[in-house]
Amino acid sequence: MKLVSFHLMPYRPLDLEEAAKHRSSWVVLPNTLYDPVKGAEEYAAYIDFLVDCERLGFDGIGVNEHHQNAYGMMPAPNLIASALIQRTKKVKIAILGRALPIVSNPIFIAEEYAMLDNLSKGRIICGFVRGIGAEYHSTGINPYFSHERFHEAHDLILKAWTQPGPFSFDGRHFNLRYVNLWPRPYQTPHPPVWIPSQGSSETVVWAAHPDRKYPFLVTFSSTELVTRYLNTYRDQARKYGYEPDEGQFGWACPLYVAETDERARQEAGRAIETLFNNFLRMPLEMLVPPGYTSQTSMKNFFKMRTSLGSRGFQSADFLIDSGTALIGSPKTVRAKIEQMRDKTGLGILLPMFQFGILSDELARRSIELFAAEVMPHLKK
Amino acid sequence: MPAQSSIVKVRDVSIKLHRAGEGQKVLFLHGAGGLAQWLPFFDALADGYELLVPEHPGFGASDDPAFIRNVPDMAMFYLDFIEALGLDRVHLVGHSLGGWIAAEILVRDRARFSSLTLLAPAGIRVEGVPAGDTFIWGPEEGMRNLFHDQRFAETLLALKPTEEQMDILLKNRFTATKLGWQPRWFNPDLEKWLHRIKLPALVVWGDDDKVMPPQYAALWRERLPDARLVMVEETGHLPHVEKAELVSRQIREFLKGAAR
Repeated sequence: MKLVSFHLMPYRPLDLEEAAKHRSSWVVLPNTLYDPVKGAEEYAAYIDFLVDCERLGFDGIGVNEHHQNAYGMMPAPNLIASALIQRTKKVKIAILGRALPIVSNPIFIAEEYAMLDNLSKGRIICGFVRGIGAEYHSTGINPYFSHERFHEAHDLILKAWTQPGPFSFDGRHFNLRYVNLWPRPYQTPHPPVWIPSQGSSETVVWAAHPDRKYPFLVTFSSTELVTRYLNTYRDQARKYGYEPDEGQFGWACPLYVAETDERARQEAGRAIETLFNNFLRMPLEMLVPPGYTSQTSMKNFFKMRTSLGSRGFQSADFLIDSGTALIGSPKTVRAKIEQMRDKTGLGILLPMFQFGILSDELARRSIELFAAEVMPHLKK
Repeated sequence: MPAQSSIVKVRDVSIKLHRAGEGQKVLFLHGAGGLAQWLPFFDALADGYELLVPEHPGFGASDDPAFIRNVPDMAMFYLDFIEALGLDRVHLVGHSLGGWIAAEILVRDRARFSSLTLLAPAGIRVEGVPAGDTFIWGPEEGMRNLFHDQRFAETLLALKPTEEQMDILLKNRFTATKLGWQPRWFNPDLEKWLHRIKLPALVVWGDDDKVMPPQYAALWRERLPDARLVMVEETGHLPHVEKAELVSRQIREFLKGAAR
């Protein structure tokens, strides 16, 4: 199993009480609540943390993109990736991902990824996402055309990476007389593409297609939903007439280990609650604007939703018991990962060791313990 | 006065059309919320006129053709619709999104029209005065923000929609998003052509409109060549619902003067 240590870079100094007075920690949370002096320290600590994952034996380190919120301080994840490249030697660097529909010209994404691939001599993994619904509020991009823009941007980027330039690209949203990427990507034919997802059926059908076979990473969902979504992907691959390999199945989740289950809950319980109840707090109107999913998916989404959104307070117990967060002793956590592997063929685990207000000290202790007592079993 | 409902087909698009009354034609274009019910206001307008109330493509029981991607497309479709139905000397009335569509129709071709009535129309903006963010509001908040008099909101909030009505609400919301999300509820290329609407026009606005700010009313009056403005006191975004009698009386007086 491949292990990618993943980070969101939340703004921990957030005044949670003050933030709770606003509609959400996204889009409309006043940025006067951000203190650049404290924020700068956060960046420094988080980058150190990710760099250290190479020494601990992780296959990859991961960052991602979100806009105008306290949940993640990475509107431009490529900037962080670039810093990580300079401070690491071998570890893969996964940007999970860039949100394709919300840019005016996806060539910029193709170019930046190609640059990172050159800078790292082929250590880049490129995530393609649509962003979460709130991103359509904060960028103004019309969510009704989100899928259209995603597919068109994807096709443009892949073509720009793999076809000799210059050529022209005739899309509905993106029209370019000259596509001619300098630099071209370092990896051949192009860097690996991974698709993080909340499990939308449209995405499964598209990612599993034989032309793509993109690894499908289910993020922040209960054991039940992760199992269902990964198996839906497997079923879809079989419908297409091929057997997917384990490298196509990923799971991203908050993870914390301590000596005992009780201690882990005690140390990480409050932090996991802040992730889901404070940093991710938003109404459904922000989470799933119309068109972000199909009408059918949207109806199902409202019915099935069990991890994100306006579900009322989600306790640490609920988050742990539902398997949304892996929190416990090394033995417990290892068993849950192995169960997921047995049920789904999981081949990529993307644990997030720092979440919510969790301190550097606790996150570091947890990751050291994980590396010593869980990782060797998963790497076997 | 019960309305007659039928399906008319224009360019392979089925449109649900409600009609009532007899006389010169009045075409009412509904807002982004769709046409949830037949309103007392419609009865008042249909007295002495033939009132036509279509459900827009992408709304209610009408088809949702993929070729309609924005409000200018919608306006072009309605020009086809009016030709196909052989309508002429039409008084055009539009509310909110429907007002925007009406203006887009008339800057393109006003030959078959006699007048324009706009009720709290979308379509243009006043810089620095953003429209209400209908997309971020929750269901109750959105309903309350439509009205000045909260009793209207409370009556509507008490209704529990059926599964079928929920599907229509969702459909309407998707189309409203397609048409109104970006730029938010306006077309930057509309205002500069409003001088083309050389017809008598009436602009009606609630002074407590939380969706389309009442400050927009003056800009409409300024840009339209022959417009009169009626501000309705203690009224929100649906003046024809909250002040049905006053608004229908104003419109009927205006139409009498505008008949040609």
